[in-house]
Amino acid sequence: MNGWPLLSLVTFLPLVGAAFILTIRGEQAVVARNARYVALWTSLITFLLSLFVWFGFERGTSEFQFVEEVTWIPAFGITYRMGVDGISMMFVLLATILTPICILASWESVKHRVKEYMVAFLALETLMVGMFCALDFVPFYMFFEGVLIPMFLIIGIWGGDRRVYSAFKFFLYTLAGSVLMLLAILAIYFQTGTTNIVVLLEGAGIPPSMQIWLWLAFFASFAVKVPMWPVHTWLPDAHVEAPTAGSVILAGVLLKMGGYGFLRFSLPMLPDATAFFAPLVFALSVVAVIYTSLVALAQVDMKKLIAYSSVAHMGFVTAGIFTLTQQGLEGAIFQMLSHGVVAAALFLVVGVLYDRVHSRLIEKYGGLVHRMPVYALVFMIFMLASVGLPGTSGFVGEFLVIVGVFQVNTWVALLMATGMVLGAAYMLYLYRRVIFGKLTKQHLMTIKDLNWREKAIFAPLIVLVLWMGVYPVSFIDVMSASVENLIGNYEQAIAQSQAQSLAALWPGR
Amino acid sequence: MEVVAVFLPLAGAILAGLFGARLGDRGAQYVTSGLLLLATLLSIIVFFDVAVGGNARTTELFTWFSSGAFEFSWAVRADTLSAVMLVVVTLVSAMVHVYSIGYMSHDASIPRFFAYLSLFTFFMLMLVTADNFVQLFFGWEGVGLASYLLIGFWYEKPSANAAAIKAFLVNRVGDVAFALGIAGIFFVFGSVTFDAVFAAAPEMADTTFTFIGIEAQTLNIIAILLFIGAMGKSAQLGLHTWLPDAMEGPTPVSALIHAATMVTAGVFLMVRVSPILEFAPAALLLITIIGAATAFFAATIGLTQYDIKRVIAYSTCSQLGYMMFAIGVSAYSAAMFHLMTHAFFKALLFLGAGSVIHALANEQDMRKMGGVWRMIPLTYGLMWIGSLALAGIPPFAGYFSKDVILEAAFAAQSSHGYFAFWLGIAAAFMTAFYSWRLLFMTFHGKPRASKEVMSHVHESPKIMTVPLIVLAVGSVLAGWLGYSAFVGDAREAFWGASIFVLPENDTVELAHYVPLWVQILPIIIAVSGIVLAYVMYITRPDLPGMVTSRIRPLYLFVYNKWYFDELYNAVFVRPASYLGHGLWRVGDGAVIDGIGPDGIAATTRDLARRVSRLQTGYLYHYAFVMLVGVVVFVTWYLFTQIG
Repeated sequence: MNGWPLLSLVTFLPLVGAAFILTIRGEQAVVARNARYVALWTSLITFLLSLFVWFGFERGTSEFQFVEEVTWIPAFGITYRMGVDGISMMFVLLATILTPICILASWESVKHRVKEYMVAFLALETLMVGMFCALDFVPFYMFFEGVLIPMFLIIGIWGGDRRVYSAFKFFLYTLAGSVLMLLAILAIYFQTGTTNIVVLLEGAGIPPSMQIWLWLAFFASFAVKVPMWPVHTWLPDAHVEAPTAGSVILAGVLLKMGGYGFLRFSLPMLPDATAFFAPLVFALSVVAVIYTSLVALAQVDMKKLIAYSSVAHMGFVTAGIFTLTQQGLEGAIFQMLSHGVVAAALFLVVGVLYDRVHSRLIEKYGGLVHRMPVYALVFMIFMLASVGLPGTSGFVGEFLVIVGVFQVNTWVALLMATGMVLGAAYMLYLYRRVIFGKLTKQHLMTIKDLNWREKAIFAPLIVLVLWMGVYPVSFIDVMSASVENLIGNYEQAIAQSQAQSLAALWPGR
Repeated sequence: MEVVAVFLPLAGAILAGLFGARLGDRGAQYVTSGLLLLATLLSIIVFFDVAVGGNARTTELFTWFSSGAFEFSWAVRADTLSAVMLVVVTLVSAMVHVYSIGYMSHDASIPRFFAYLSLFTFFMLMLVTADNFVQLFFGWEGVGLASYLLIGFWYEKPSANAAAIKAFLVNRVGDVAFALGIAGIFFVFGSVTFDAVFAAAPEMADTTFTFIGIEAQTLNIIAILLFIGAMGKSAQLGLHTWLPDAMEGPTPVSALIHAATMVTAGVFLMVRVSPILEFAPAALLLITIIGAATAFFAATIGLTQYDIKRVIAYSTCSQLGYMMFAIGVSAYSAAMFHLMTHAFFKALLFLGAGSVIHALANEQDMRKMGGVWRMIPLTYGLMWIGSLALAGIPPFAGYFSKDVILEAAFAAQSSHGYFAFWLGIAAAFMTAFYSWRLLFMTFHGKPRASKEVMSHVHESPKIMTVPLIVLAVGSVLAGWLGYSAFVGDAREAFWGASIFVLPENDTVELAHYVPLWVQILPIIIAVSGIVLAYVMYITRPDLPGMVTSRIRPLYLFVYNKWYFDELYNAVFVRPASYLGHGLWRVGDGAVIDGIGPDGIAATTRDLARRVSRLQTGYLYHYAFVMLVGVVVFVTWYLFTQIG
C-alpha cells in the first residue's frame, strides 16, 4: 500500500459512500434497505482500510507516519497535511470500528429518514477521522467544527422527546468553546506565522504570558468536549435524547476530541501554561470523579446514569494527561480508548432494552436474567469493565492514571481512587435493579434475548475489552514513543523558560 | 506444572459457564470437579517439589504492562508460600466442588454455580502465584468478583443481592488503599515485582515520604496502605461488615470463600510482604492491635448469634484476627500455619453446618434445631472434630497453630504483644463457648423443629460426607504433621526465602521458650469455655435467658453487632445517596444549568424580546441606532489609536 494516500482514503471513503446513498432513488422501503447496506459496506471497507494503518504503523518512533501533503492556500502557507502518530493512530481505528457497529445497531431502530440518517453517519465518520489525522490548523479546525453538524442533526432529528432542547444545548456549549479556540488558533498563526502542526509541536516558542490566554481559550473548547465539570451538563441531556448509535459515537469518539486536543495542542504548544494550570485541571478532575459518581448513583434513567459515569471516567483522563508522567499520559490515552469501547458498549446495552420496551427508566425493568441470560452476561462484562476490574480494559487505564497521579500529588491520587468505590456502587446498583430480582413486570414476560445481529455487534467489543485488559502492551507499545517524545519536549520547554526567567532576574549572567 | 494447575479451573469455568447448556448439569459437575481434582493432584506434586525439594521458581507467561518503568508480566510463581496456598486452595476447592454436587443437586442453575466456583478458584490461584503486586491485585479483585457472584447466586432474593453488593463495595474500600499502596511502591521502588521490591526494601528503611500531607517512614506508609487492603478482604475490624452478610450465599460458598480461602488472602498478602513489614514497625503495631481487637470483637458477637452460619462466620472473622496479630508480632510462619489448619477445620464446620441445614429442610436458625444428634450421627461427629480443632484442644490441628500464635504474641515481650496475647486468650475462651453452644443448641436438647421437618431428618449422601471426612482427617492431622515444618525446627529450610524475619524479631523461635503457664493456659481456658457451655445449655437451659436479661444493654449491643451497620448506614450510605440527589438537582440543575446554558438562553430570549420591541419599523429609530453605533466605534478607534 506504499504510496497510497491511505489516510485520505480512510477519511473520505465514507463521504463517497454518503454521496452514493444520496443518489439512491425509488420506493421508500427499497431506498431504506439500500441505504443501510451501502452504509454498512462502506463503513466496513473503511474499517478494513484502516487496518492497514494499524499493521503498517511503525512502533517505537514518535514521527508522524503516512504523511500526505498537498498545498492548499499557498498565500497563507496553508497545506492539506495528514498524518498519524502513536497518539492519534488508535483514535482513527476507534472511529472506524465504531461506525459499522453503529450502523448495525441502527438497523431496525431507525425507521424514518433512513437515507439521511446513514448519510449523516458516514459524513460524521469522515469528519472524525479527518480530525484525528489533520496536521494543519485549518483542516483540523474545519473537521473539528464540522463534527458538530451531523451530530447536531442526529440528535435533533432522530432523538427523543426533548431532542431539540438537547441538540441546541449541545450545539451552543460546544460552539461557545470552539469560537474561543478559533481565536487562539489565529493568535498562534499571527505569532508564529505557521499553521503547520508538526512544526508547532516541536516548540511553538510562544511567550508564557500569551500562553496563559491561549491555553484558556483552548481549554474552553476542550473542556466542554471532554466534558469536564462544570461544563458537563450538556452531556446527560444529549445522551438521553440521542438515538442509541448517536450516544455510541458521542461517548465513543466525540468525547475523546477534548482529550486529544489537550495532548496535541495544550501540552506541547503551551507548556508553561500547562504547568501553571495543571492544579486547576486536577481539582476539576477530582470534582468530576466524585461529584458525577454521586450524581450517577441518584439516576433513574439508564442512559443518564451511563452519561454521568462517562464524565467520571473522563475525569481520570484529564487528570492523567496533566500529570505529564509516562504512566499518567499512557493511562489517560488508554482510558480514552477503553472508555470509547466500554461506554459505547454500555449505550448499546441500554439500546437493546430500549428497542424492546421503549423505556430508559430503570424501574421499568428487573429480573431480566430469567429471560435474557446472554444479555445478562454481556451486560455483566461491560459493567465490570466500567468498574475497572483487572483483566478488563477499564482497569489498565484507571490504574496507570492512579500510578501516574500518585507521583505528582498523593491527595489527588487518593480522591481519584475513591472513584473505584463509587463507580462500583452505581454500576452494581444499576445491574442489580435491571438484571437481578424476580421477573414480575408484565411487559417483560415475553422479552427476547439477544438476536444474531446484536450478538455480532457485541462480539468484537467483548474481544476488545478482554484483549485490552489482558494484553494491553499491543496498544501501549503504539503510543509509548510518542508519549515519551511529548514529555521530553515538554520538560525541555519548561527548563528553557525557567532558564529564561532566571536570566531575566539576573541579567548579568 | 503449576501453570497447568492454575489454568485448569479457568478451563472448567469456561466450559461450565459458556457451554453449560450443552454439557448438562451432570457434565458441568463432572468437568469442573474433575479438573479441580486434577489441579489438586498437580498442586501436591508442586508442593513437594518446591517446599520439600527446595525448587522455588517463577514461570513468566507474557508481558502484561509496559509503560515506562512500570513493566511486568503475567507470571506463575512457585515458592513455599505459594505452594502452601496452592495445596490449601485446590484441596478445599475440590472438596467443596464434590460436596456441592450433592448439596446443590436441587438447584435450577447448576452449571452456573460450578462455573462460578471454578472461576473463583482460578482467581485465587492467580492471586497466590503472582510474582508482582498488580497480578496479585488482579486475583484479589477477581476473587472479589467471584464472591459477589456467589453471594448473589440466588439473585431472586433481595437480601442476597444486597449482601453481594455490600461485599463488593466494602472490599473495594480496602482495594482503594491497596491500589494506592501499589502506586506508592512503584513511586518509591520504581518497580512492582516482588523480587525487585523486596531486595530494595532494607535500603528504604530510613527514608521518609509524604502521603496526603502526612510525613512518615516510607515503608510504614506503604505497609499500612497494603494492610488496609488486607483488612477489607480479611474482614478485620472496621471493614468486617460484609462477611456476616455474605452468608446469604449457598453454604459451600461460605465454606470455600468466606472461611477457607478468599478471606485469608489478606493474611497471605501480609505474609508475602514480610520483607517490607519487617522494616515498618508502626505498621506492625497497627496490625497487631487491629488483629487482636478483631479476634476479640468478633468472638463476642459469635456468642449471641442464632443463625448457625453467622456464628461460624463471626468465628472466622475472629480467627482471621489471630492470624493478623501473629503477623503483627512477626510470627508470619505461625500465621500461615493457622491459615492452613483453619482452612481445614473451618471448611469442615461450614460444610457440616450445611449438612445440618440440608437435613433440616434449609433451616438455619439454631432456635429451631436441637435433638437431632442421633439421627445424623456422622455429621454430628464431624462437627465435634471441627469444633475441637477450632477450640484448640490437643491433639487437633487448631491446638498447634493457635497455641504457637499466642505464645509468639507473649514472647514478643512488647506491650502490644501482651495486649494481643490477653485478648487472644479471652477470645479463645469465647471461641470454645460459642462452638459448644452451637453444638448443643443444634444437636442436643428437645427438638424445636416442626414434626414435619423432624420426620424428614436424614444423613447426607456420600457425595457430601466423603469430602467432609477428608477435611476432618486434615483437621485432626494437619497440625501435628505440619508443626515441625511450619513453625518448628525445620521451618527455615521449609520456608526458604519466601518469608523474611529480622533476627531480633524472630518470635516464632522465642515462642518455644515461653513459661509453662503460657503454654497451658489456652487449653485450660478452652476446656472451661466448653464446660460453661455445657452448664448453660445442657444442665441449666434457663441460665442463658437469665444472664441476658441481667445484662440486657450489653447483650443488645453485642447482639446487634456493635451497631456497625447502623453507623455506616448513617455516615456513608445515606449521605451518599442524599448527596447524589442534591448534587444532581441543585448542583447540575439549578446552579450549573441555571446560570449556564438555561440562564443564558433565558437572558437571550429576554434580550431578543427587548430588541424586537426596538424593531418598530420607523426609519429614524434605525438611523438613531446606527448613529449610536458609529459614535461608539469612532470613540473606540480614537482611544485605542491615540491612547
